Amino acid sequence: MTTTKSKVVYSPVFTDGAEFRIPTFKLLKQDGKLYKSAKAPDLDKDKALRIYRAMVTTRILDERMLAAQRQGRLSFYMQCTGEEAAVIGSAAALDDGDMIMAQYREQGALAYRGFSIDEFMNQLFGNELDYGKGRQMPVHYGSKKLNYMTISSPLATQIPQATGYAYGQKMAGGGHCTITYFGEGAASEGDFHAALNMAAVHRVPVIFLCRNNGYAISTPAAEQFAADGVAPRAYGYKMDVIRVDGNDILAMYQATQEARKLAVEHNRPVLIEAMSYRLAAHSSSDDPSGYRSKDEEAVWREKDPILRMRLWLESKKWWSEDDEKQLQETMRREVLETMKRAQKRPPPALDTLVTDVYDEVPPHLAEQFEKVKAHIRKYPDEYPKSAEHAKGGA
Amino acid sequence: MTKMNMLQAINSALDTAMAENDKVLCFGEDVGVFGGVFRATSNLQQKYGKDRCFNTPLVEQGIVGFANGLAAQGSVPVAEIQFADYIFPAFDQIVNESAKFRYRSGNLFDVGGLTIRAPYGGGIAGGLYHSQSPEAYFAHTPGLKIVVPRNPHQAKGLLLGAIHDPNPTLFFEPKRLYRASVGEVPDEDYRLPLGEAEVIKEGTDITVLGWGAQMEVIDQAVERAEKDGISCEVIDLRTILPWDVETVANSVLKTGRLVVTHEAPLTGGFAGEIAATIQDRCFLYLESPIARVTGIDTPFPLVLEKEHLPNALKVYEAIKSSVEF
Repeated sequence: MTTTKSKVVYSPVFTDGAEFRIPTFKLLKQDGKLYKSAKAPDLDKDKALRIYRAMVTTRILDERMLAAQRQGRLSFYMQCTGEEAAVIGSAAALDDGDMIMAQYREQGALAYRGFSIDEFMNQLFGNELDYGKGRQMPVHYGSKKLNYMTISSPLATQIPQATGYAYGQKMAGGGHCTITYFGEGAASEGDFHAALNMAAVHRVPVIFLCRNNGYAISTPAAEQFAADGVAPRAYGYKMDVIRVDGNDILAMYQATQEARKLAVEHNRPVLIEAMSYRLAAHSSSDDPSGYRSKDEEAVWREKDPILRMRLWLESKKWWSEDDEKQLQETMRREVLETMKRAQKRPPPALDTLVTDVYDEVPPHLAEQFEKVKAHIRKYPDEYPKSAEHAKGGA
Repeated sequence: MTKMNMLQAINSALDTAMAENDKVLCFGEDVGVFGGVFRATSNLQQKYGKDRCFNTPLVEQGIVGFANGLAAQGSVPVAEIQFADYIFPAFDQIVNESAKFRYRSGNLFDVGGLTIRAPYGGGIAGGLYHSQSPEAYFAHTPGLKIVVPRNPHQAKGLLLGAIHDPNPTLFFEPKRLYRASVGEVPDEDYRLPLGEAEVIKEGTDITVLGWGAQMEVIDQAVERAEKDGISCEVIDLRTILPWDVETVANSVLKTGRLVVTHEAPLTGGFAGEIAATIQDRCFLYLESPIARVTGIDTPFPLVLEKEHLPNALKVYEAIKSSVEF
């Protein structure tokens, strides 16, 4: 049995799908005014300001932590710069009970949900208060309380997991969905295709949000795919899709709001392609000047999503020069102070070496751990971070 | 008690688990109305509905990725990979995701409810892509449990043990025994512990260790050796990871000799791990070198399967050589 009902032709007809062009949804111009026929979504002042504060917080955190990395205080960092509207605009359209399964550049969504600067710092410095117990590189955040799945380094693995998670939500019947974020590079991985196909076949309430930011590390989008972006792939799976100006906070918010309705009320998975640009480097270990021009970056700097939203807020009289100055000063101070605090905190306890591999520490690991401790006790000066913890035991 | 073959016992385990907890879901390629290529999931869709027992598209990385997400959400997925030979597209999702979910999140999230079932092993004229025993690849990855049953009774008890274990578990089913092995199986729920080997037969001269379909081979070899007056202690490891060092070491301290057998190739096979650990534990008690009887280091053949496989005669020879060393 096939589900395809196609017209029959009597000479070979090929098509590459070029006739299907997906439009881009936009509402807000760079000067903060709406396009002529555009109508702003229903977004009240409190929520708009919560979004804006999360955007500014994320930008300041990113700037400060990149500087901290350059000063050698931090081993690694990844910025969200340029993509704040795509990430925070979409996250804000969800219910706080919806699950977020991010790639690694979506700290904005976490900031919007209320992850504190302290919580960010504890993970970045891998201290004793890090929820991940100092096991992962910086920016691998996770929060059970805020429904934000812990980041995993392997690319695209979270995408089929989001399909599975959302299937479980559908079975549980609580009216929740899952959103998963990834870049256009990750959309080349097999996991992406597996996830979309399974979601469409099984009618899973999941939103796939592709941040098309132009570069997968150094590989430009034109070398990543030959088609009209990532969005047309949804046709192949018979899935709802929308392409959005990823620097337009109002468009991102409304598109995701509508996508959520399709997902939760109709069990229709949705693909959103957010067209944006990674203004920063891929990570603190990358130098984009080797593969893209200053002129190209300058064009996108003009489209800054934070400035665009600020101009809109000012046009609504919801924000002022003074508000901006105060927010900037408070956030900068808070970031610096919490960084100092986090850096001073001790590392995770030595037993975190062997806990959480299984639900309980199995005998072979307990035995190996005793050997590690005995060795540290013999050479305590060589292990200054953990010598104190190694004192207990046989 | 009902007389069942191994497939019926596995089906009974799935039925029991699904009846008890509506969070238990079974899915994979062809597992729906068809009941799986071997019929392990027969009647489950009819009984529990298409939402709880369903076919997936043919995409192993998708099946395991989906299962990881479901388990993280709090469901209890039992995913079927049609043949263990086809588990490799899902390797990344298993070793980088399932195995590390709890550790990397500091126990904020886990996929403990996950069980992955796959038929493994040779002896069915399946050639190189329907006969492999991939347990050693996964045994190198902390965070997983790996279980292999030897008969219907063990299959049901261990599968229920795996489904209820709070850690992600790979459950490799010896497909040569699916219909060949028949025995009495309790109809109700019973769970055998993971991580514990079983001493099937006590003896004094030599310890013979294996798992899965090799246990039948060991039985035949031991029967022959005992006719020669050699007293064998037979152990089924049952769980490959984490494995029961204590039970095996205690046995070897008593017998002074060890033969380990598995179908997978020799180099890098799990017998090597066991031999290294046991010589460390029992060095001064060993009367002969630890012997390994395994498949040879080739892909699995089709026509010359018998020559390739570690059979009863080869295990018997290893027992004799060890005792006469």
